[in-house]
Amino acid sequence: MLVENESGALSRIAGLFSARGYNIESLTVAPTDEPSLSRMTLVTSGNDDIVEQIKKQLNKLIDVVKLQDLAEGDHIEREMMLIKLKAAGPDREELKRLTEIFRAKIIDVTEASYIVELTGASRKLDAFIEAVPEGLITEVVRSGPTGILRGAKGLTL
Amino acid sequence: MQSHLADGPDPNATDPALLSGAEITIQALIDEGVEYVFGYPGGAVLHIYDALFQRGDAIKHVLVRHEQGATHAADGYARATGKCGVCLVTSGPGATNAVTGIATAHLDSIPMVVITGQVPTPVIGSDAFQEVDTVGITRPCVKHNFLVKRLEDLAETIRKAFFIAQSGRPGPVVVDIPKDVTDPNIKIPYIYPRDIGIRSYNPAKRGHLGQIRKAVETMLAAKRPIFYTGGGAVLDNAAAPLTELVRALGFPITSTLMGLGAYPMTDKQFVGMLGMHGTYEANMAMHETDCLIAIGARFDDRVTGKIEHFCPHAEIVHVDIDPSSISKNVKVQVPIVGPVGSVVTDMLSILRESGGRPDQSALAAWWQQIDAWRGIDCMRYDRSSPMIKPQFAVETLYKVTNGDLYLTSDVGQHQMFAAQFYPFDKPRRWINSGGLGTMGFGLPAAMGVQLAHPDAQVACISGEASILMCIQELATCKQYSLPIKVVLLNNGYMGMVRQWQEFFYESRYAHSYVDALPDFVALAQSFGHVGMRVEQPDQLESAMREAFAMKDRFVFLDVIVDPSENVYPMICAGKGHHEMELPPTMSERELA
Ligand SMILES: Cc1ncc(C[n+]2csc(CCOP(=O)(O)OP(=O)(O)O)c2C)c(N)n1
Ligand SMILES: [Mg+2]
Repeated sequence: MLVENESGALSRIAGLFSARGYNIESLTVAPTDEPSLSRMTLVTSGNDDIVEQIKKQLNKLIDVVKLQDLAEGDHIEREMMLIKLKAAGPDREELKRLTEIFRAKIIDVTEASYIVELTGASRKLDAFIEAVPEGLITEVVRSGPTGILRGAKGLTL
Repeated sequence: MQSHLADGPDPNATDPALLSGAEITIQALIDEGVEYVFGYPGGAVLHIYDALFQRGDAIKHVLVRHEQGATHAADGYARATGKCGVCLVTSGPGATNAVTGIATAHLDSIPMVVITGQVPTPVIGSDAFQEVDTVGITRPCVKHNFLVKRLEDLAETIRKAFFIAQSGRPGPVVVDIPKDVTDPNIKIPYIYPRDIGIRSYNPAKRGHLGQIRKAVETMLAAKRPIFYTGGGAVLDNAAAPLTELVRALGFPITSTLMGLGAYPMTDKQFVGMLGMHGTYEANMAMHETDCLIAIGARFDDRVTGKIEHFCPHAEIVHVDIDPSSISKNVKVQVPIVGPVGSVVTDMLSILRESGGRPDQSALAAWWQQIDAWRGIDCMRYDRSSPMIKPQFAVETLYKVTNGDLYLTSDVGQHQMFAAQFYPFDKPRRWINSGGLGTMGFGLPAAMGVQLAHPDAQVACISGEASILMCIQELATCKQYSLPIKVVLLNNGYMGMVRQWQEFFYESRYAHSYVDALPDFVALAQSFGHVGMRVEQPDQLESAMREAFAMKDRFVFLDVIVDPSENVYPMICAGKGHHEMELPPTMSERELA
């Protein structure tokens, strides 16, 4: 979604979901190259009728400038994760290997820990978490997915 | 300078006038052509009130006695005229008091601009005196709202507010203005933008012609068609083309509570209101129809009954300005997004061009069936009762006013009796809170209506519980000499609540008896009005005639009615249109 870069816009959208009983699975927002607009990627669920109604209700909001349902087309989704791991003794090597397999990056190292950065489809992030041996995860920070349609056409005004 | 302003800004002038935020607020209202502002002062709007004072009569301010009254009065004005209602209230409690009226307007899609004062920008968020997050509180019950943080944005924001409130599907817009933005000592050049574009807001201006053609084909193919119209037909002033289309096709037409009057209710093709307290013929026709043409209606739960039983045989055409109303509750086959007036006009010309006619023999058989249902006389009541029946009171009101009345209503049994027994032949005559069902709406709404139409007969039908919710407005009526007639159907109960308790809670009347009622005659008199009480059926007509003959007086008519009367027919929760409860005087055999 492209939304007006105004203070009330986010609460209008969040408020719509809570007032109408729709759920937000994840939500990312950041400014775009056009300073008056923010780009928002929102993941929700529901049958076709509900999703249709959600789209109509969102479009009705005056702060929502443009809306695209990525699920309707061929699209790319990426999520970023920062994960802090306990990395001492023999686990250190094991975790390093795992990081390489997933093409992740170790971006912070102490004697007892790593912070790993991993970007990819949400499923890939899930898989990494599952692959980490029991008990070694200290903290997980995920951005929630953002997405874009494939091809030459863009979501612009 | 003063005289220059009175004509609005001169587009040829090289130097636009320098105005403060307070002056801009008032000048913008004048430039919008606002006739009345309904308001109540307080700290955060004092600069604005001072600017208003200095402009003398350029704009008329009506001082209500509670901010809820301001919103309902502005709402009543809007419903009766089609123009935008305007309110001005202070921050904090002023704004919260206005919320009920804003929500009322929101659910019925009424164009309204509410200007609320706010604490100065430097202290926003500090729990300052009379600070509430007005934009946050009102967000879910407005079409849109604004907090104006910069003086430079004020004029354009007010223009946007009026544009949004009145275009597309109308609705209330709140403009929250911090006190420092209205500082009388800070002045900027004032230019009121005439045309503003909002890039994300482009309501449809016409319906899709292909879809409209498809709709006309569907109608022409129908054997048991029915029109179902709602508030949208009134809001978009579609009465004339609608009436022409319905007559050209010869189809039956029913209406929601909100749409009454868009098609003349005394006309033979009108089969009465539908829904929970609709007529037997309207609801049965809904159940049996094979082609439902919904015009500016939103398939509200009070109308559809249980969705699974709704119009089981019908192909549905739905015309609405709001895409999100379409296929929200009920899936439709021919959706048309557009202003209903223009779509109905297009339907009419396509119908005429096509030269098509509906299947006359099927239609004749359909009418025969409908007339048989009509024969049930589903709104029958005991006319020989020694007590005044509420239905009789409404019928008498119709007779006394010759059907020429603006009637506002509160919420309860009296509202349903009025909708059932007062046939409105014109739109914007029946003014009630259908969506939110706000008790207290009737009296202040009548003030807005009477101000809009000073020479028209205006009445408010109410119940003894509802009227007390905004009774303070009797003082406003006195101050502005509003000759409204209140017709109080006094049954000593919250009748509608009592009815539900009788039906669904084995007559356990939990707190639905309105104890310790005031003496309404004395109450009205204490506010400087005329008060009358009627208890006998044979005195009702003369009392009403006497009341309406007092053309320049506010008259409060306390009509003591049968406390045990219930509203019939009724579709109970979980039932379909074909499963109505009928008045108990009718035996099952009569219905067979
Ligand atoms: C502000 C508000 N509170 C409560 C209700 C619920 N309610 C609906 S009808 C009704 C009773 C109304 O009684 P009265 O005004 O005497 O009308 P009657 O039904 O007796 O004609 C109540 C309490 C409401 N609609 N609005
Ligand atoms: Mg009552």
